[in-house]
Amino acid sequence: MNMKIKGKVIKFGNNIDTDVILPGKYLILVDPYELAKHALESLDPAFPEKAKKGVILVGGKNFGCGSSREQAPLALKYTGVKCVLAESFARIFFRNAINIGLPVIECKGISDAVETGDELSVDFEAGKIENISRGKSFQANKLPPLILEILSDGGLIENLRRRINKK
Amino acid sequence: MNITEKILAKASGKKTVHPREIVDANVDMVMVHDLTGPLAVEAFKKIGVQKVWDNQKVVVILDHQVPAESVKAAELHKTMRQFAKDQKLRIYDVGRGGICHQVMPEKGHVVPGTVIVGADSHTCTYGAFGAFATGIGSTEAAAVFATGKIWLKVPEAIKVNVTGQFQKYVTPKDLILSIIGRMGVDGAIYKSAEFTGPTIKSMSMAGRMTLCNMAVEMGAKNGIVEPDETTRKFLEGRTSKALPNFESLKSDKDAVYERTMQFDVSSMEPQVACPSSVDNVKPVSEVGNVPIEQAFIGSCTNGRIEDLRLAAQVLKGERVKDTVRTLVIPASQEVYRQALNEGLMEIFTDAGAMVCGSACGPCLGGHIGLLAAGEVCVSTSNRNFIGRMGSTQASVYLASPATVAASAVTGKITDPRKLEAKA
Ligand code: SF4
Repeated sequence: MNMKIKGKVIKFGNNIDTDVILPGKYLILVDPYELAKHALESLDPAFPEKAKKGVILVGGKNFGCGSSREQAPLALKYTGVKCVLAESFARIFFRNAINIGLPVIECKGISDAVETGDELSVDFEAGKIENISRGKSFQANKLPPLILEILSDGGLIENLRRRINKK
Repeated sequence: MNITEKILAKASGKKTVHPREIVDANVDMVMVHDLTGPLAVEAFKKIGVQKVWDNQKVVVILDHQVPAESVKAAELHKTMRQFAKDQKLRIYDVGRGGICHQVMPEKGHVVPGTVIVGADSHTCTYGAFGAFATGIGSTEAAAVFATGKIWLKVPEAIKVNVTGQFQKYVTPKDLILSIIGRMGVDGAIYKSAEFTGPTIKSMSMAGRMTLCNMAVEMGAKNGIVEPDETTRKFLEGRTSKALPNFESLKSDKDAVYERTMQFDVSSMEPQVACPSSVDNVKPVSEVGNVPIEQAFIGSCTNGRIEDLRLAAQVLKGERVKDTVRTLVIPASQEVYRQALNEGLMEIFTDAGAMVCGSACGPCLGGHIGLLAAGEVCVSTSNRNFIGRMGSTQASVYLASPATVAASAVTGKITDPRKLEAKA
């Protein structure tokens, strides 16, 4: 996985919960592309269309709170979300996203400093975020080596497979 | 150390641990259900190991889309049955178990002092028994299937000290709603919530489970209560596993907490979490005139026998308002059976409520009892997010079984104490 990305922002508010990211009634779907068609539809029915070309999602506090459903980060990943930046994350969502290979970074002050449509570049290793549109940069919480390793393998399963095969 | 730190230290083979330290913990039990299990099975197959690390420590429970409401759900169930068969796992199928978080302790899978992870956010319920229990995702469950281990960051702890005696019809649900109202939905994010004090010591297991169940609604990693005689009595005859010495699971006098919060329940009113956030909590007297179309009594938060007794006490001799549909769902087959024995089912059906089979039901808006646009439901469950129980234009209010039952009778959100005063 590329540890540096660029993309346009779509911004949401605080406490974006997993029922809003992917309602419970879709949990019987197994194809991630099918899940993706319903990502965040209760906040913005056009979201899957808008995210198609690849976006960086920015949230406020407690992003991903609620259910442990991994289908929530999966749906985001398969709509075209390249990474999620937020003031803070709910812990299960945070782990799930990393485990399926969707980068998530906690960055204080991010939600006030960017708007939908801004172009950002994110360096996961250095924890550096640059708002190219506004010429500003931020230092986010750096991801620990363990998490970077999982992300660069593309997820926990790939990481585990590599480690088990090494033994 | 506090109790959570003691459990995590033991599970990771250390003498002591400190908040924010990352430990590699041995897992004592892992649970998946019908909506998180299939993804875990798929991920497990990709890892490339043939067998789960310990087939005695993996439990499968079908409870969310139960009985299968669609062909798709039936396929998910089939996947889980096959996996359980291949791996020789304990599975609680339709009619044998009930809601995962009720079945796990009921069937003796929850032991104080152990580390339990489950692919469901309300796994934190088992903290009521003095276990460290937390929710994980499906992929992570697959990794646990393969390795029996999980990395965990030792959480900072918040001590929630509760004193006073509940008034009639004021319950542990009202307490936890009021705690979340004060803390906010992200007030305990990544942290441990330790419930303690005289009110907790005299609380039933059912009440402790309601508290710990909703710890995740303020962002907590786990909720926990020190095990005691009440815990031991509940577990007696349910588990064949040796119980640890409970003294070793008491938080030390010099244990460190990030902060301590005090709650006195003596003058607490019934509480209601208004749409669409669990921390939008008001005392029932301030909720105003809210007519309802549906009342739901059940879920892993409040579907236990104690909850059904309380609801029946309010509903006895009453009729639910004809504009309200009332659903009662016992949390497990055992609860169902007991409610039958005690004559509670008669009270519910006489009152005009519909009793459904033990499962998650409308709680997550995936199966029975969904809401249409513009409808209002008052529910004993744990989440009122937009779209949680059906239409994104429906609203959900959360309350205790007593408040929900009283509201079913009057057709609007009602203080159960007022209903009684009128009778
Ligand atoms: S009853 Fe509701 S909250 Fe509990 S496990 Fe089922 S869906 Fe989840």
